[in-house]
Amino acid sequence: MDIIQQIVSGDVRTIARILRDIDDELPSSRSVLQRLYPHTGKAHVIGFTGSPGVGKSTLVDQIAGFYRKESKTVGILAVDPTSPFTGGAILGDRIRMQRHFLDPGVFIRSLATRGQFGGLSKSTNDMVNVLDAAGKDVILVETVGVGQDEVEIANSAHTTVLVTIPGMGDDIQAIKAGIMEIGNIFVVNKADREGSRKTVRELMNLIEINSRRRNGDDWEPQIVETEAMKGRGIDKLYETIEKHRTFLQATGSEKWREVVEKRTKIQLMGALRDEAFKAVLERIEARGDSIDELVRRIVDRELDPYTAVEQIVDKGLR
Amino acid sequence: MANARKLRILVAKPGLDGHDRGARVVARAFRDAGFEVVYTGCHQTPEQIVSTAIQEDVDLIGLSILSGAHRYSFPRVIELLKENNAEDISVIGGGIFPMEDIPRLKEAGIKEIFEPGAKLGEIIEWVGTNISPRMDADESGSARVSG
Amino acid sequence: MGKQVLSESALDRVEKEHAEWLEEYRKALKKVPERLSRFSTVSDLEIKPLYTPLDIENKDFFDNVGFPGKYPYTRGVQSTMYRARHWTMRMFAGLGNADDTNERFHYLINHGETGLSTAFDFPTLMGYDTASPLARGECGKCGVAIDTLEDMGRLFADINLEEVTTSMTINPPASVMWAMYIANAEKEGYSRKKLGGTIQNDCLKEFIAQKTLMLPPEPSLRLVTDTVEFGTREVPRWNTISISGYHIREAGSTAVQELAFTIYDGITYVEEAVKRGLKVDEFAGRLSFFWNSHIDFFEEIAKMRASRRLWARLMKERFGAQDPRSMLMRFHTQTAGCSLTSQEPYNNVVRTTMEALAAVLGGTQSLHTNSLDEVYMIPSEQAALIALRTQQIIAEESGVTNVIDPLGGAYFIEALTDKMEEEAVAYIRKLDELGGMVAAIERDYPQMEIADAAFHFQQQIDAGEKTVIGVNKYASERPDLEFVLKIDDEIERQQIERTERFKEKRDKAGFQKAMDELRRRCEGPPCWENNVMPALVDAVRAGATEQECCDLYRDVFGTYRDPGTF
Repeated sequence: MDIIQQIVSGDVRTIARILRDIDDELPSSRSVLQRLYPHTGKAHVIGFTGSPGVGKSTLVDQIAGFYRKESKTVGILAVDPTSPFTGGAILGDRIRMQRHFLDPGVFIRSLATRGQFGGLSKSTNDMVNVLDAAGKDVILVETVGVGQDEVEIANSAHTTVLVTIPGMGDDIQAIKAGIMEIGNIFVVNKADREGSRKTVRELMNLIEINSRRRNGDDWEPQIVETEAMKGRGIDKLYETIEKHRTFLQATGSEKWREVVEKRTKIQLMGALRDEAFKAVLERIEARGDSIDELVRRIVDRELDPYTAVEQIVDKGLR
Repeated sequence: MANARKLRILVAKPGLDGHDRGARVVARAFRDAGFEVVYTGCHQTPEQIVSTAIQEDVDLIGLSILSGAHRYSFPRVIELLKENNAEDISVIGGGIFPMEDIPRLKEAGIKEIFEPGAKLGEIIEWVGTNISPRMDADESGSARVSG
Repeated sequence: MGKQVLSESALDRVEKEHAEWLEEYRKALKKVPERLSRFSTVSDLEIKPLYTPLDIENKDFFDNVGFPGKYPYTRGVQSTMYRARHWTMRMFAGLGNADDTNERFHYLINHGETGLSTAFDFPTLMGYDTASPLARGECGKCGVAIDTLEDMGRLFADINLEEVTTSMTINPPASVMWAMYIANAEKEGYSRKKLGGTIQNDCLKEFIAQKTLMLPPEPSLRLVTDTVEFGTREVPRWNTISISGYHIREAGSTAVQELAFTIYDGITYVEEAVKRGLKVDEFAGRLSFFWNSHIDFFEEIAKMRASRRLWARLMKERFGAQDPRSMLMRFHTQTAGCSLTSQEPYNNVVRTTMEALAAVLGGTQSLHTNSLDEVYMIPSEQAALIALRTQQIIAEESGVTNVIDPLGGAYFIEALTDKMEEEAVAYIRKLDELGGMVAAIERDYPQMEIADAAFHFQQQIDAGEKTVIGVNKYASERPDLEFVLKIDDEIERQQIERTERFKEKRDKAGFQKAMDELRRRCEGPPCWENNVMPALVDAVRAGATEQECCDLYRDVFGTYRDPGTF
C-alpha cells in the first residue's frame, strides 16, 4: 500500500512515523505533505490555550471523551517546551489522557516546541494536516501555555478555547492586552475556587467592551465555567464548541470559509517567510559569506546593517 | 537543511506501585542529555505503554518498576511490540529484580537492565551507544510498506 | 538557652576561646586541609566544624527544651520514656496470601515482636481485587492480597485483637480495609471500643510522594475525615491517621521537606475535622505520625525532636488545643529503605542499626527496622529476624535506653533541632501563602520541591560528593543471597478463584442493599448521617469486595492523575 493510502486509511504506525519525519524536517516528508493536502480540509481543529497549570490537558481529555461518545474520531497534539539549554524536552501531557490510550479512535501525539516561539511547535500546522488527512473528525491542539505568547494557535484552529482559572490576574491583563480577539470561547476552569465569579465578571466586561469592534453577525465570545478534574461543565463546553462550529458552518454563511482563508493565508505567509529566509541564507553560504562575518563587520563599523540587508536581499533574490 | 534526528524515549511505569522517584530522575537526565522524553506517569498497563510508544514513534522504552510484577509486565511489553510489528523499538528496564530474573528478562528481549547504583551518566552513555534515532523514511519505507 | 546555663561573663569567655580555637583550626588546616570542600548532611544542610553554647545562646531552655512529657515535648512525649516501657517493636509484614502473612505474624510475635504491621500488595493498596486486569503479576508480591472479609479473617486468625495493636499501611482504600478489620473483629467476638491500632489513611502524602492515586484530593479528604469522625465516636482507641513523612523522604525529599510537608498535611487534616464540626481536643489525640530514619544520624534525631516541638506549638497556638494529649506528636519510625544497597547487602544491617539508634534517640513510639534483603524483595524470615533482633539489642543490651533524651542539651543537637524547626516553619508559611496543601498539590509545588532534591542528590552521588559504600565508593557487585524470598506466581490464580467463590456465596439482595446505602452516603453532603464507615462495615459484612467498594468511590468521586510537571 502506498504511504498516502496508509495515512488516509488511518494506519497508526505510518501516521506516527510521518509526524516524526515532519518534526525532524526530513526532505522526504515534504512530498508526503504535498500528496496528502488534497485529503485535508474536513477536520474541525480546536485549539486550547492558557497559562501552565490551568488544566488544559484535563479539559482536552474530557472533551475528547465527549467527541468519542458521539463516535467522532479524535486527534490530539499536545505541545510542551523544549529546554533552551539542552534541546531536550519532557512531554508529560499524556498523563492526564490515559483513558484514551487504548481507544483506536483517539490518536495522541506529544511534541516539543524545538525553539519555536508562540506556544506551538513549528510543525504543528503540518501535523494537523496529517491528522486531518488521516480522517480524524476533530483535532484538539493543546499549546504550551507560555503567558502572552499564545496568539499562534488562532492561526491553526477553527475554534480557539482560552482557558484561565480564578485568581490569575496576569491572565486577565494578557487578555486585555491583546489576546482577547483570539478567544472564541473562554473557559474559567477550577470554577469551584474562590474568585471564580469575579473572573467571569471581568471576562464579561472585556467581551462587552470589545463588542463595539464586532460586526452584527460576528460570533460573540462565550464564557464557560468548568471543573475539569471532576468532569463538571464539560457538557456545556462541548455544546459551546459545537455551537461555534455550527455558527461557522451555517448554510449561506461564509464564516467557515473566512476562517479557513485567514488561516491559510497566515500559514502561507509564514511558509513563504521561512522558505525565502532559508533560500537567502543558503545563497549567502554558497557565496562563501556568513552571517557571523557580516555581524563582525557591522560591529566593527565596516558596514552598516541597512546596506548589509540591501546587499543580501539584492544578491539573494536575484 | 534537515535537522539531526532527535532521539525520542518513552519513560513508563508499569505495575501498580507509585515509586516514581527513579523514573522522574532518569526522565530529567534524558532531557538534559538532549532527548525528547514522553512521560506517562504511574500505573500503566503493557497495552497502554505499547500503544503510546507507537503513537509517539519513540526509539526506546524505559520501563521502571518496583512492585515485583516485572516478570509479567516486561515480557508482555515485548510481546505486544512484536504483535504490532514494532519490535524495532528497544526496551530497557530499571528497578530492583531478583538475581535469577535478570537473565530471564534479557532473554525475553529487554536490552539492558539498570539497577540502583547505576549512574545517570552510565545510562545516558548506554543509550547514546546503543540506540540511534530511527532511520529516515526513505530508507525504512520499504520495510514498512510490507507491514 | 545559653543564658540559662552560662552567665554573661562565662559566655564572653566562650566567645573569646572560640575565636582562639578557630584560629588554631585554620592554622592546622594549612598543613592538612579539610577532607571535603563542604560538609553537609545527607539532605545537604551545611554543617560547621564545631558547635558551642554560642549557637544556642538566644534560646530559652524552658521554651525550647524543657522536660520530657512537658510542653513543648522536645525531649519526649512521656515523662518516663523508655525507663518504663520500650517502644513498640512493630515489623511491617505481608507476603503472598492471608495464610502466608498470618504465619509470619505468629513467627514475629513468637520472637518478641510487640505490635503488628500489615503490608498489603499493590492491587489491594490501589483498591483493586486480584482479578482486575490491572493487577496481573502483582498478587502477593509486595505484601498480602486482601479482597474480602474472609481474607481478613484468615489474616488475623488466632491473634487476640484486643491485646495486640495492629497497624495497616493502606491509604485511598483505608476506610474499606478498616471496615473489614472491624467487621472481622466483631465477628470474632471482640468489641470495637477495645480495638487498638492504626490505619495509615494519609491521602495527602500520596499526591505528594507515594502516588497511590485513586480519588481527587477533596473527596479523599472527605473520606479521611469520615474515618476520624467515626473513630472519635465508635473506635476510641484507634489512630485514624498516621501522618507520614516516610514516603516523602523515600521519594527523595530533604529532612526539612519531610518534616514540613508532613506537618502541613497534619494541619490540613485538623482543619478538615474542625470544619466537620469536631472539636480539636476530641480527636487530635488520635492523630499519629510516621517518620523516616535516614542515614544521617544527627539530622534524624534533630528532625524528630523538632517535630514534637513544632506540632505541640501548632496545636496550641494555631488550633487552640487545651488538652496536652492533643499536642503530643506520637510517631512510628521506619529506617530508610532508600539508604539500603543491593551491593554487599550485609552492610544494610549496619545502616539499619545506625538508623534505628537515631530513631530511639529521637524518641520514637514504635519502630520498624528494615531487613537486609528488603532492597530486593519483601523480607525473608531469616532477614526479618535479624532486623527484629537489632531493635532488641538496642533496647536491652546497649544501655542507650537507660536515660531519657540523652543528647538533649548537646550544642550541635539543639542548634540543629532549632534549624530544622525554623526551616520547616518557612515552608509552612509558603504553603499558607499558596492557599493550603490541596492548592499546592494541584500546582505540583511539593512534588517539584522533592523532585529537585532527589535530582540534586543523584547528581551528588554521581559526582562522588556524597558517598554510598559499595555503590559509588569501594564499588562492589551484587551477590546472590540464598534466602531471598520467592512468591509463587501460582497464588494469583488461587486468590482469584477464592474471591470468585466468596462472591458466589453471598446474598445478592443484601449485598445490593448495602451497596446502595453506601452510594447514597457518598453522594450526600459530608456529615455524620452520611459518614461512609457504618455503611462500609455493613457492605463488607454483606460480602462486598475491596474493589467493589473502591469502584463505587471512583464512580461517585472521580479519579485523579498526577500533574506530572518537571
